[in-house]
Formats: sequence, structure tokens, C-alpha cells
Amino acid sequence: MNDRHTLTLDAIRIALDGKTLIAIDSEVGPGEVLTVMGPSGSGKSTLLAYLAGFLSPAFQARGRVRLDGRDITDRPAEQRDIGLLFQDPLLFPHLSVAGNLRFGLPRRTPDKAARIDQALAEVGLADYGERDPATLSGGQKARVALMRLLLSAPCAVLLDEPFSRLDTQLRQEMRQLVFSRLRDAGLPSLLVTHDREDADAAGGRVIELKD
Amino acid sequence: MLRLVPALIVTLLVGPILAGVAMVLLPAFGYLPALGGDTLTLAPWRELLAQPGLARSVGVSFASGLVTTVVSLAVVLLFLAGASGTRLDHWLRRLVSPLLSLPHAAAAFGLAFLIAPSGLAARWLSPGLTGWERPPDLLIVQDPWGLSLMAGLIIKEIPFLLLMSLAALPQLEAPRRVAMARSLGYRPALAWLKAVAPALYPLIRLPVYAVIAFASSVVDVAMILGPSLPPTLAVSILTWFNDPDLSRRFLASAGAVLQLGVTLAALATWWGLECGVRRLGRRWVEGGQRRCGEVPLRLAGKGALLVATLTAGLGLVGLAFYSVAGFWRFPDALPASLTLTHWTRALPTLGGPVATTLVIAASATLLALVLALAALENEQRSGRHPAEGRLASALTLLYLPLIVPQIAFLFGLVVLLETLGLRARLALVILGHLLFVLPYVFLSLAEAYRRFDPRWDQLTLTLGRSRNATFWRVRLPILLAPMLTAAAVGLAVSIGQYLPTQLLGAGRITTVTTEAVSLAAGANRRVIGVWALVQASLPLLGFVIALGVPRLLWAKRRDLQGAP
Repeated sequence: MNDRHTLTLDAIRIALDGKTLIAIDSEVGPGEVLTVMGPSGSGKSTLLAYLAGFLSPAFQARGRVRLDGRDITDRPAEQRDIGLLFQDPLLFPHLSVAGNLRFGLPRRTPDKAARIDQALAEVGLADYGERDPATLSGGQKARVALMRLLLSAPCAVLLDEPFSRLDTQLRQEMRQLVFSRLRDAGLPSLLVTHDREDADAAGGRVIELKD
Repeated sequence: MLRLVPALIVTLLVGPILAGVAMVLLPAFGYLPALGGDTLTLAPWRELLAQPGLARSVGVSFASGLVTTVVSLAVVLLFLAGASGTRLDHWLRRLVSPLLSLPHAAAAFGLAFLIAPSGLAARWLSPGLTGWERPPDLLIVQDPWGLSLMAGLIIKEIPFLLLMSLAALPQLEAPRRVAMARSLGYRPALAWLKAVAPALYPLIRLPVYAVIAFASSVVDVAMILGPSLPPTLAVSILTWFNDPDLSRRFLASAGAVLQLGVTLAALATWWGLECGVRRLGRRWVEGGQRRCGEVPLRLAGKGALLVATLTAGLGLVGLAFYSVAGFWRFPDALPASLTLTHWTRALPTLGGPVATTLVIAASATLLALVLALAALENEQRSGRHPAEGRLASALTLLYLPLIVPQIAFLFGLVVLLETLGLRARLALVILGHLLFVLPYVFLSLAEAYRRFDPRWDQLTLTLGRSRNATFWRVRLPILLAPMLTAAAVGLAVSIGQYLPTQLLGAGRITTVTTEAVSLAAGANRRVIGVWALVQASLPLLGFVIALGVPRLLWAKRRDLQGAP
């Protein structure tokens, strides 16, 4: 988890019906968080969908996405090594807490059980492994979702307003936890948000989008 | 592979229908070389027109198509307008699925046992109210006007249209529309009828057409409840087709083409009615009348649905009574003695047909489920929305087997298969059932599949899992409950099929349904009671599994407990 990665957004321009929605040209270094801020409808989510590999064919995109120099623009989503953190924790309802983490682990990981126990202990959820995710509190779910993302060993992370559904108190905690974790893991991250405080907590460069 | 599935489905559904209709059209004009018909001629039509009582047959078929639909639709709309979340409303809604799964034949037998001159109703009212000491000499069941036939169909079509409406309603934000209209001073039921019903109707139009087509051409219900001299057109056609004198098949073919015309005429008439109602309805909606008739409207809807549900329920009670009745003198309300002999006597003969029924139903449902899942998954992967052009038309094609009368293409198909020398009867019956099972399975699964949050897929992919892992390890487990419900619907549809089993199985494949319907002529009520009850309980098995398995499997997963 301590490898160092770089995410390069090389002259990316996404358009819908010939009208440019968003243009960005930037590089995100290891452990760095690049924040893209803007009101809803400014094309933030479109950018995330493009980077993750889910862009609807209705859009026209130009430019290249590179991860550690490798061009991943044309790869399918599951082969991009890019992890995604959503607004909601989205824990699989049919799996236990440990099952959710195991689902994230790459197939050939040695000693999965120990990795999972350790990950749970790190976020104060030791012994929660066999629990039904539905019985967890909002903050606990968010922490499990974060650990699932980290265990899947991505090379870069996209954050889609991950704190917007949490209450104020929890939001502070989660921001600290998420950003320190991403920094420690040396992961380049791209955060989209409309909340100025998110950007401040991320502490990296901020790109503001207009309407 | 996956990309070919929609084409495969369309071929599976449309191919047999087109081939069947073609093989009915040719013999209808005298062309069927296997039976010595080498030239085109109008002789079959002359023979058809010379059949005694043809006009009456056609009239009853046409009328039952329209009357059944008008009454069922009116009851459903009035009930939905008047439903206000009372306990009775919830209870009635809950009964919809089991009632829908009740096979047509069992419902028809239940009704027959209830309203027959010596039936349950007459016994319970006699001699106190009626003064009857002996069963009256009245032709109630199988009346020449087809009224009991229509009643039997209405009992079954109400749950169908109600379920289709309940499935379509969430798109309409009905509570907001009603709230809006009420804030303008409209009483609740009128608010619903004026602000929701006009938007709901276009969404349930295809199911309504399916009801018209079904009611104007049904065979099994008409054999049980319909008039007998002359029977409805569809029943006459079947008689001609089964005639040992093979030359009557030309006559049967002409009849089938006529049936197609009768159903089309009923649909066209309905379409004309639609236009008229639209014009008058608009004037009524815009008329601004806010209160007039509120209470009667509300009571009518509730009352009618209650009567229909009770009738079906009492019919089943009647079946149960007869199946265990010993000596039962008229007008005693209850049998003088109860006995299990009818059951013990039927038991040895029940096993085979029950097994056959289940094998056919399970195979057809499994095939339908695989095809429906493949088509829906393909839709997701190709990112094509169901509303966009091509798939919308493919969806319309799904209704084709439900709108073209069974009798009009099935025996054309039989003729074709005979010509080709195909004799794998069980396989043919299964494929025949698939024609009718697939649309229902697809329609009941599509809603849940398309509504599935796309972020689950995205999440799984960004965790580095493949598309296939997404399908097998995320979608299927989370959608287990709706999948099993769709399967239960498929089983129920298959178990209730009469004509495809009878025709494609060449009368040699016996299911509980073919056996029960064939007993209709014999009229031993106690034996019929046994078979009809067995037929009615088999589909319930599917629904018990569909409700029970997710609860057992996901006993420790709270978010999947209340899954739709």
C-alpha cells in the first residue's frame, strides 16, 4: 500500500452535443488530493464518470488519462486500478461486514482473514466482522466503505462528495480519517465537491468550475 | 453471446406465432396437401357459414371480450380511486397476487359450484329465502348469453389489471396529483379519477388489450362456464379440430381465421370506445365538477372488488366442500357426512399429472428466467435505455403472444409440426408454455432489474471485479427476491395453461389442468373438487417459495428482508 502513484489528466475535454462541459489539464502526485469544486450541473460527476470508465456514449471526450505513465484511457473500468468512494457507503446488503472487505481484496491476497481483522481494528471496528452491515451506524458504515476501498489496493482514488450525507460532527471525523489514510497510502486522489470545507480539509490544489 | 439474446427472444416469440397463423390461413382457403387440399377454394368458409348457431357463437365471443374488459377495468379504476389506505384496502391488495396465481380453470369451477342451481349459494339461501326444496330448473352456469362465462373471466381479470396498475402507478406520483386536485376542492375519489386515471390508462393499455384478446378467445373457462349449444367460437374450433374426420380441419382453420377477426374486431371496437371516452372524458375532467357522486363512486369500487374477491374465495371453499362431501342432500347447507374417499381414490392418478405439470412449469420458467435475465443484463451492458426506440418496440412484441388468440395460431403450429414430423411432445409443450411464460417473467422482472442502483455495478467494477462478477455476485443475490417472484409468476402461468398442453402434446400429455378441464363434461363434482383444488394449490407452492427462501437465506441481512 505504500507504493507511490501519479495520476495524469492530459488535456481532457468533455463535451455534450458539441458544447464543452469541462476541460482540465493537471497532474496529481502521490498522496496529493486535487479538489474540483463547482455547483451541481457543472460537469464534476461527468469528469468522475470519465476517469472511472463509466462515461455514457452520449458524451464526447478528448485527452488522455495516465496512471504512473500508463495510458488507461481506453481500459474498461475494472482494469483501471482506480477506486471510487461514493456519497453513500454502499455496503453490499447480502454480505457481512467482513464479506464486504473480502469482496474488495484482490483475489491472490495472502492471509485475507488477518488483513480484514487488521483493517477493521484500525478503524475501531474489531469484532464487527460478522455483523450485518444494516446494523451499523452511518459513521461505521462510512469507515467500512473506506477500508474496503483501501483493501482493494487501487493506484488512484476518486471521491464523489463522500461527506455530503454525513452530519456535521461525523463529517469532520471522516474528512480527517479519509484524507490521512489516502495520504499515508501515497494515493493520488481527485475530490469533487460543492462544499468549501471539504476543499480546505483536503488541503491540496483546488480547481473551481463555473456554471 | 449476450447481444444475440434480444433477437433470440423475438424469434422465439414471433416465429411460432407467424408460422402458426400462416398454417391456419392456408388450410382456411383449402390448401393443405397432407389432407389432399391442393387448390385454393372458399369451400371451408361456405362450410363454416353453414354451421348452425355460428352467429351466436361469434356474438358471445365478441361480447365476452368487451364486457369482461369494461367491467374489470371499471372495478379496478374505481377501487384505486376510492382506496384510502384503510385496512380493507390493504387486505384486498394483499389478496391480489394469490388471486392472480389462481388458475383460470380452478376459478371457473369454483364459480360454477357457487352459482349452479344446486350450488353453494342456492343451498345457503334455500329454502329460507327462495323456497326451493329441490334445485330449480334454471340454466345459470353455461347460460346461453355467456354471462357466467364473463363473470368467471372478470374474477380473474380484475387481479391482473389491478396488479398491472399498481406496478405502473409509482411512475405517476399519484399522491401528489391527488393532493394538488384536492387543494383545488376536488373530493378524493374524483380527484383520483380526474387527475390520475387519464395518465394511468396509457400505461396499462397493452394489458387491457391482452384482456380483450384473452376474454374473446378463451377455451378452458368457456368449456366450464360458457354456453354449450352453440359453444363460443373458440370452443367450436377446438371441437372441429379434434374431430376424427380430419377433413374438418379445413373448417377449423376457417374458424380460427374468423376468431382472429373477432378478436381484432373487439380490439378495434375498444379502440373506438377509447376515442369516444377520451372526448367525453375530457369534457368531464375539465367540467370542474368536484363533489358530485363521490360517495357512490367510492362505494362502488370497493364493493365490486369485495364481491369479486369473495366470490373467488367462496368458490374455493365450495371446491373444498365438494371434494370431501359424502351424502349431501339439497338444500342442506353442509354435507351430512365428510369423507376422504374422493381424495384417496384420486390419489393414485394424481401423481403422474402433478409431476408432469411441475416438470413442464419448472422447465419453461427456468428457460424464461435465463432469457429474461440475459436480455436485461444485455440492456444494462449496452447502456441502451428501454425507452429508446428499438427496445420499446421489442417490449411491445413481448405482448404479442398475449394478444394473438391462442386458438388462432396454436393449431396452425400443430399442423406445421405434424408436417415436419416433430414428435418430441414434452419439449414442444415446454416451448409452447415458454411463449406465454416468458412475457410475464420478463415484465415482472424488468421493473426491479432496471431500477437497480447503477452505483452497485460501478462500485463492483472499481473494486477490480469483472462484469460477470458484478452479475453473479452482486446483482443476482441482491435481486433474489424479485427473481423468485418472477419465477413464481412464471410457474403460475405455466400451470394454468390448457390449450398449449392439449394441442402441442397431442392430447397425450396430461397435466392437472388438462385433466381438470376434461372432467368438466363429466360433472362429477366431487372428483372435480379434488382436481381443481390440486390445480389451485400448485401455483401457491411457487409463491410460498418466493416469499420463504429470501427470508431464510437472508435471515441475518436486514436490508434484504423487505425487498420488493
